[in-house]
Amino acid sequence: MKKLSIEERLGIDKFAVDDGMPHIVIDKEICAKSALEACVRACPAGCYVKDGAEIRFDYAGCLECGTCRVLCQSKGLKWEYPRGTFGVEFRYG
Amino acid sequence: MSEERFDAIVVGAGPAGSIAAYCMAKEGLEVLLIERGTAPGAKNSSGGRLYGHSLNKIMPNFWEEAPVECQVTRETVTFLTDKTAVSLDVKSEKFGDEPSFTVLRSKFDAWLAEKAEEAGAMLACGVRADELIVKDGKVIGVLCDEDEMFADVVIEADGANAWLAQKAGIRGELSPKHVASCVKEVIELPRQVIKDRFNLTGETGAAQLFVGECTQGLQGGGFIYTNKESISLGLVVTTEVFLDTEYKLADLIEEFKMHPAVQPLIEGGKVVEYSAHLVPEGGLGMMPPLVSDGLLIVGDAAGLVLNIGYQVRGMDFAIASGEAAAYAVVTAKKLGDYSKQGLGVYQTALEKSFVLQDLKTYAKVPEFLENKRIFAKYPALVEEMMVKLFTVDGTLAKPLGKSMFGTIKRHGGVVQLAKDAWKGVRAL
Repeated sequence: MKKLSIEERLGIDKFAVDDGMPHIVIDKEICAKSALEACVRACPAGCYVKDGAEIRFDYAGCLECGTCRVLCQSKGLKWEYPRGTFGVEFRYG
Repeated sequence: MSEERFDAIVVGAGPAGSIAAYCMAKEGLEVLLIERGTAPGAKNSSGGRLYGHSLNKIMPNFWEEAPVECQVTRETVTFLTDKTAVSLDVKSEKFGDEPSFTVLRSKFDAWLAEKAEEAGAMLACGVRADELIVKDGKVIGVLCDEDEMFADVVIEADGANAWLAQKAGIRGELSPKHVASCVKEVIELPRQVIKDRFNLTGETGAAQLFVGECTQGLQGGGFIYTNKESISLGLVVTTEVFLDTEYKLADLIEEFKMHPAVQPLIEGGKVVEYSAHLVPEGGLGMMPPLVSDGLLIVGDAAGLVLNIGYQVRGMDFAIASGEAAAYAVVTAKKLGDYSKQGLGVYQTALEKSFVLQDLKTYAKVPEFLENKRIFAKYPALVEEMMVKLFTVDGTLAKPLGKSMFGTIKRHGGVVQLAKDAWKGVRAL
């Protein structure tokens, strides 16, 4: 069995992305850089990606665990669950 | 804007919420069970082991009807280094006396919620509870989108993030030290292959916990649970460690799968799902107030999880807490008192039951497991001892005691090991 990239793994999952309604919004002015870097390492879905000096974020593959919220202590992060019926849908769980 | 009124609103159709709804509905209460997923279980993931005792008490022999996967008859704890796996392996029919089961939560949670519905609870899926409605310091309902829904009591069963209580200021921020981030893959394999690889008979299953290399020595561990036609494989790592490490959680699980002791177990399998979840592992140290005016907190939201290394429990606590909360609401209804005092029987019931008793018994474990040597150093010590024990290379043999003493000395010394062992004995 081969290793799977994060994209391959998320590709297997079922998502109903709430287009234009991000449930996590980062305020980079407030969010501590160190916390964001920790999110790059901890986020199981690889939603936080280091891109040079910047950190890019995409809520589309979020597995809704809350790890980033805990690491950021909600400082600089507006975190909610996706609206009802949206987001990931586990078929096994 | 619509307005409805219930005896109780339960937020979250996981095991804690559905059991609370089931027990209250059975007593004739008007219950609304809210679930943000399209179906109960759609947002839920767990390692996959249910200790059956608490559900068996509420629904005797539930496994005859419930969509459980396999009854666990084989337990393994494995110390991993990069090249070695040292295991304690127990296979016993006796585990059947108090059965535990592997489960896949989408199916299992849907079934439990269906039981609550059959008992008379109203289930509303696809509805996200946004906020608790608080009036004069008392919780009187929940706000879902634009809709206000009112009840005498709200039972918060919204999982590890305990989002509602935090928004309402009833609990503070979760500490990264008190929670663990879990990633898991469900890997499909034919039943016969799973039985052969894990030495299983009939519909039985295996549970294997790993410590050491699987997390690159970070605080946490790995797991494998066998289902009927799949294997649940995952890692649980204390969230705090990602503040100061070079490793990525999403990569660690792939490395774990490649380990020579793991790869043969899953070879040829097909990954059919990748999931993640937070695990509240802080024990009593992270517990929110369980009872407020008009509000009870149950299950993961209440931090009711116990990880002692060789046992990881959550669902049995969740179910017992749901039952206790239902009992408290029924009692409060009789008295017409939904204040903190009127609902206080919830706290008392948990204190009398295994839920808070067991958490108290193992109260020192979370602190004990903060010891980095357990994850980073001792697996290598075990490796060296065991490899030496079974190696014959033609050099002059040394007495066993002397040889082992040398190994321990190289890995931190007897005093350090004795201290850690003593702490472990006291915590466990």
